[in-house]
Amino acid sequence: MSLVIKDLCATLEDGTEILKGVSLEIPAGEVHAIMGPNGSGKSTLSKVIAGHEGYVVTSGSVTLDGEDVFEMSIDERSRAGIFLAFQYPSEVPGVSNANFIRAALQSRLPKGEELDAVGYYKSLYAKMDLLEMDRKFTARSVNEGFSGGEKKRNEILQMMMLEPTYCILDETDSGLDIDALKIVAKGVNAMRSPARGILMITHYQRLLDYIAPDYVHVMAAGKIVRSGGPELALELEKNGYDFLKEEALVTA
Amino acid sequence: MPAVLDQTASLLESAPETPAAFPAWFAERRRAAWQRFLEIPTPKRGDEPWRFSSIKQLDFSGFATASGNGTGNALVKDSVGLEAPVAKFVFANDVLLHAESKLPEGVICLPLEQALVSHGDLVREHFMLRDTRLGSGKWTALHEANVSNGLFVHVPAGVEVEGTIEVFHWIAGDMTAVFPHTLIITGANAKVRVVDYFRSANDSDAGLAIAVNDLNAGPGSKLDYIAIQAFNEKTKVIQVNETGVAKDASAIGFILNTGAVWARNESLSRLDGEGSRSDMLSVSVPAREQEYDQRTFQHHVSPGAYSDLLYKNSLYDESRTIFSGLIFVDEGAHRTDAYQTCRNLFMSDEAEANSMPGLEINADDVKCSHGSTSCQISEEEIFYLRARGIDPVRARQLIARGFSVEVIERLKDEKVEEMVLRFLDDKFAHIASGGA
Repeated sequence: MSLVIKDLCATLEDGTEILKGVSLEIPAGEVHAIMGPNGSGKSTLSKVIAGHEGYVVTSGSVTLDGEDVFEMSIDERSRAGIFLAFQYPSEVPGVSNANFIRAALQSRLPKGEELDAVGYYKSLYAKMDLLEMDRKFTARSVNEGFSGGEKKRNEILQMMMLEPTYCILDETDSGLDIDALKIVAKGVNAMRSPARGILMITHYQRLLDYIAPDYVHVMAAGKIVRSGGPELALELEKNGYDFLKEEALVTA
Repeated sequence: MPAVLDQTASLLESAPETPAAFPAWFAERRRAAWQRFLEIPTPKRGDEPWRFSSIKQLDFSGFATASGNGTGNALVKDSVGLEAPVAKFVFANDVLLHAESKLPEGVICLPLEQALVSHGDLVREHFMLRDTRLGSGKWTALHEANVSNGLFVHVPAGVEVEGTIEVFHWIAGDMTAVFPHTLIITGANAKVRVVDYFRSANDSDAGLAIAVNDLNAGPGSKLDYIAIQAFNEKTKVIQVNETGVAKDASAIGFILNTGAVWARNESLSRLDGEGSRSDMLSVSVPAREQEYDQRTFQHHVSPGAYSDLLYKNSLYDESRTIFSGLIFVDEGAHRTDAYQTCRNLFMSDEAEANSMPGLEINADDVKCSHGSTSCQISEEEIFYLRARGIDPVRARQLIARGFSVEVIERLKDEKVEEMVLRFLDDKFAHIASGGA
């Protein structure tokens, strides 16, 4: 059981190449981190997997436990078990957080079956408590007027409620102070399970102090240029991305 | 359920007869109104108050008032609004089918036909005192010539009615016209909320409703009026709403448009006293070939008053909306606060929204703003919802619903908001099912 990305190439609609042959396997039960400088294609990778229509996949494949992800629509991918925690989550005015998550859960039920409201709220409140979110966030419009940290916590809340098999966290640590980062990490760590694969995309090593990855990959210029254990992140922290850039140039 | 109807002569051909039980002044008003109806020319293309309107919708020939009440008890059963209204009245074709009331003592809340007999002077004091200035003078004259029923509410000074008075207005039978009237008067520091529901007995019969409201909020009082226009899509509607707000009083006027093939709303709020406040609110969700034509007037007569208008339209398919609003600040109405916003959300490329916001200020030290915006749902927002598993149809529906919720929340009553949302959700379900 794994999420397998093979030789993935993708461009913007205008033809600009962003992903230039990404290969990566995230087996269930493992936590992988992708690090890399700005513009390396990390966020694009996450959006292409989730099905964002602003990118064109020119070659390669993504399979979810053997199923071709590119055969699925955006919402089908989500229901099949892929979750993307957005770097910049949208605001949805007039739709309460509780109704939003409820609609997402409802979409996973067979037609005609109604979500049990009592059980739903019980579960929602338990997860909000873990993420130290005030109950007032259930009634507030999705992400509207939320601070950066509140938005990120809200992403993790949705992830916990939807219980996906593969979680992709796009720069979830950006804009978080250290306390908020710890809370978010607590949520993600609670989601670690032998049945679930997690891919974290981050610019900084800091997040990895709180969510220990099994593997670290470095992405540069649309490719994975190096993979290793957690020690790779520490190396990066010490030496920065410069030496990797040189390495990328050498291997290119 | 076949409707047994005994239709009288066509609406436009002869003066309607006034029932003998009504007072003489009322019979005279009806006669004079009929004359006025004959004299006022039919609006034509190029008339400013009818700019962008589909004038062809004003052909009301063939409609007639009915003397029967349609399917009777079945309609009473279908009159479902709030769980526990403080009073409830059901009319079909302007005939009372059902009345219940737990209103506090002193409140007069009666079908207009009864109030005309038992409280004739009080009705006369407030009934249709002003001509509409928004274009439908000919049709309000036709209303006045034909009006026989509706609701009369008088809440005496100091009495606060908890809960909501509900009134259902059904049209039953093909080519049937109704003329519902709602007359509400609140005394000093009184409080009341009234909901009018406009419904059709079935989906196939054409109907015509020309409805007029007189809402008079006395000093320091609170008057909330909510109209749920959910007629079938064969029906045409003209609704004219005239609200007067006295010193320190506060009035809410809210219209939900989901039904009718064509609806024209004219709403005028007159800020008569210092510290008065008027909230003019509307949510419309037209689909297919529905057209909603809304004209508003925020008349600041007194200094130091506040008015805030928020109209939102979510337009599906080939539907059309027209919004024309004017904030008018009289000479001397200093320290006016007046706001006007119309927002259109396009759910289709074929829909059409026309917005004509306007402002005329004849006083100093005023805070006014008016504006109109049109937008489509952003792709990023849709992507976000779909990335949570929500299918695209439902995602767009949720966003359009949220767009409307921002207006509905201003009703500030959870139960009423839920009820309005239920009618809104019915409409979204109807759109999703592709039904006509």
